[in-house]
Amino acid sequence: MALHDLQGLYGYVPRDAALVLGGELGVPLARIYEVVTFYNYFKLEAPGKYIISVCTGTACHIKGSNAVLEGVEKELHIHEGESTPDKEYHLQGVRCLGCCGLAPIATINGKVYGKLQSDGGHYLIERAQIDKPMADVHEQEASE
Amino acid sequence: MKPEELEAKAATELAKQEAFAARLICCTSTGCQSSGASAIKTELLAELKAKGLEDKVHVGGTGCMGLCSKGPMVLMTSKTQKDVLFSDIKPEMASMMIEQVVTPVISGETIEKPTGDLEHHTLDLNDPFFSLQDRVVLENNGRSCPEKIEEYIAHGGYQGLKKALTMSAEEICKELLDAGLRGRGGAGFPTGLKWDLARKVESEVKYVICNGDEGDPGAFMDRSVLEGDPHAVIEGMLIAARAINATHGVFYIRGEYPLAVERIEKALKQARVTGLVGKNILESGWSFNFEIRLGAGAFVCGEETALIASIEGKRGTPRPRPPFPTVKGLWDQPSCINNVETLANVPRILLNGAKWFASKGTEKSKGTKVFALTGKIKNNGLVEVPMGITLRQIVEVIGSGTGTDRKIKAIQTGGPSGGMIPEHQLDTPVSYEHLQQLGSMMGSGGMIVIDDHDSVIELVKFYLEFCVDESCGKCAPCRIGGTQILRILERFSKGEGKQEDFATIKKLAHAMQKASLCGLGQTAPNPVLSALKHFESEFLEKCQQA
Repeated sequence: MALHDLQGLYGYVPRDAALVLGGELGVPLARIYEVVTFYNYFKLEAPGKYIISVCTGTACHIKGSNAVLEGVEKELHIHEGESTPDKEYHLQGVRCLGCCGLAPIATINGKVYGKLQSDGGHYLIERAQIDKPMADVHEQEASE
Repeated sequence: MKPEELEAKAATELAKQEAFAARLICCTSTGCQSSGASAIKTELLAELKAKGLEDKVHVGGTGCMGLCSKGPMVLMTSKTQKDVLFSDIKPEMASMMIEQVVTPVISGETIEKPTGDLEHHTLDLNDPFFSLQDRVVLENNGRSCPEKIEEYIAHGGYQGLKKALTMSAEEICKELLDAGLRGRGGAGFPTGLKWDLARKVESEVKYVICNGDEGDPGAFMDRSVLEGDPHAVIEGMLIAARAINATHGVFYIRGEYPLAVERIEKALKQARVTGLVGKNILESGWSFNFEIRLGAGAFVCGEETALIASIEGKRGTPRPRPPFPTVKGLWDQPSCINNVETLANVPRILLNGAKWFASKGTEKSKGTKVFALTGKIKNNGLVEVPMGITLRQIVEVIGSGTGTDRKIKAIQTGGPSGGMIPEHQLDTPVSYEHLQQLGSMMGSGGMIVIDDHDSVIELVKFYLEFCVDESCGKCAPCRIGGTQILRILERFSKGEGKQEDFATIKKLAHAMQKASLCGLGQTAPNPVLSALKHFESEFLEKCQQA
């Protein structure tokens, strides 16, 4: 599961790493990119330190995930799919995370925050700074 | 491990559990974990140790107990009194729980219902939410720890496999056919028939694959089974492997389900050490092993041929059938792909018999079904009910209605492939055939409730946006048809619908249903078609004035 490992290690699939992988496996870069661009899980750009993923599944949608997403967009002055210029935050809407009993939910670097209210956007940014969930991947990258 | 040692191991574990005066079992599924379940377990253990009660009271984990909106949950079982289900628990309540409930109970007192601060932190187990359920697939959720194989074995675990090892492949297939189990992923194809077709194909290499790519938004049945009862799925896979003479097993699990992957990995490790997976299983001379492959966020990979492409490291695009995967599947070898819930039913069918399973449900839809009840519903969570129960019983009795002063407008079943069922049709029994007659489908089990303030147009637009985004793009009917219908819906959303749009939608939908390469494209028009059938007036209101 090489691509999953790269995604997990770097938070995205760096072009250099994809080239090395292609060399090792005898697979052209085009084939690797064919796969990486198909699946939502793999990213092509380094994300921000805190990846805020707002679940856009049906249950969360009905319970107001749009308001949460828009709230984060407004506070951070970015759109969904973007990182802040200082690379502190990245915002993405994601597919159903299977936590529907706690809708609407979002995760920050994998840590789940459920039953968000309409001010969920602001709440999530606060929690990112207080809880500092799983920033390890990026500290590792910074030290390399 | 010898087959007879299985019973001995079960007896030892049950005796060990009986030795405790009480057991505190905490839900450790993703939902409750995210609300602090681990910290609650830690605090309970600390409190018991401080009071010198750690040898008298067991603290453990378990799978999703169902009422997710009231989590985190802790179930107390004891020898002397009825179970107590604590709800909405915080770690700081641990000492209160021990002092006010656990300590009196293990001293022989009977607590009818906790009072004081804990009064509003328990649930009535006689409530219809619990009493109307028939938990077969979910029976170990709320009973055993998914990370302890001995607890699975204690309650008949791997006895189904033991029986299967004494049967021929043909006999196992017949048992499944007689039971009437149908695929729980959505299509409802008879499992016994699928297995028998795969069994008949001669091949040196054959795959049995678990489809854990639960992509329907609003569905978390399979996640809860993988996290809460991983051994049931493993045992189901092993029995399937015997039924079709498979040589390799693969778990394909969504990348978005890290806890489910972790639980399956751990369960496989324990099963290998115990001699239930790997070489010489239960000393039968038969060896079988599994690998795990992760999904990467593509809904279409829930479709069998796209799933196969994904395991092969390619883009998840389907291919034409025939040939079906049972003839030419993974790496061009015969493959049998089954849903998680389907597989979790299998050990219970082998253990209790086909007649037992077939006694539940309706004539053509046997057994039970797990539903994820979400949306505008008071009792949000996971339920397992016998087929044949009415939708109204699920939503208004088990689910307790909207819980607000708003009325139920409709429910949506089958996810992006399903349809709307208006309130006045909620007395319909739940079964594959009844839901299809209503213009919907069973689907994988997502059941979304909307109220009279919700827009049907917005909901079906949401589902179609999803399908358009998730379309692999390979075939024109899905790629283009979906986009064109979505553009029409976007105009309706803005109040700019036209009279001619109704016919156009139906024409496009017909083309998608007949000509799309896979189920995604074929069923993507279902929500909007069912909405037009039952809620045409909403669309008419959004038409431009002439």
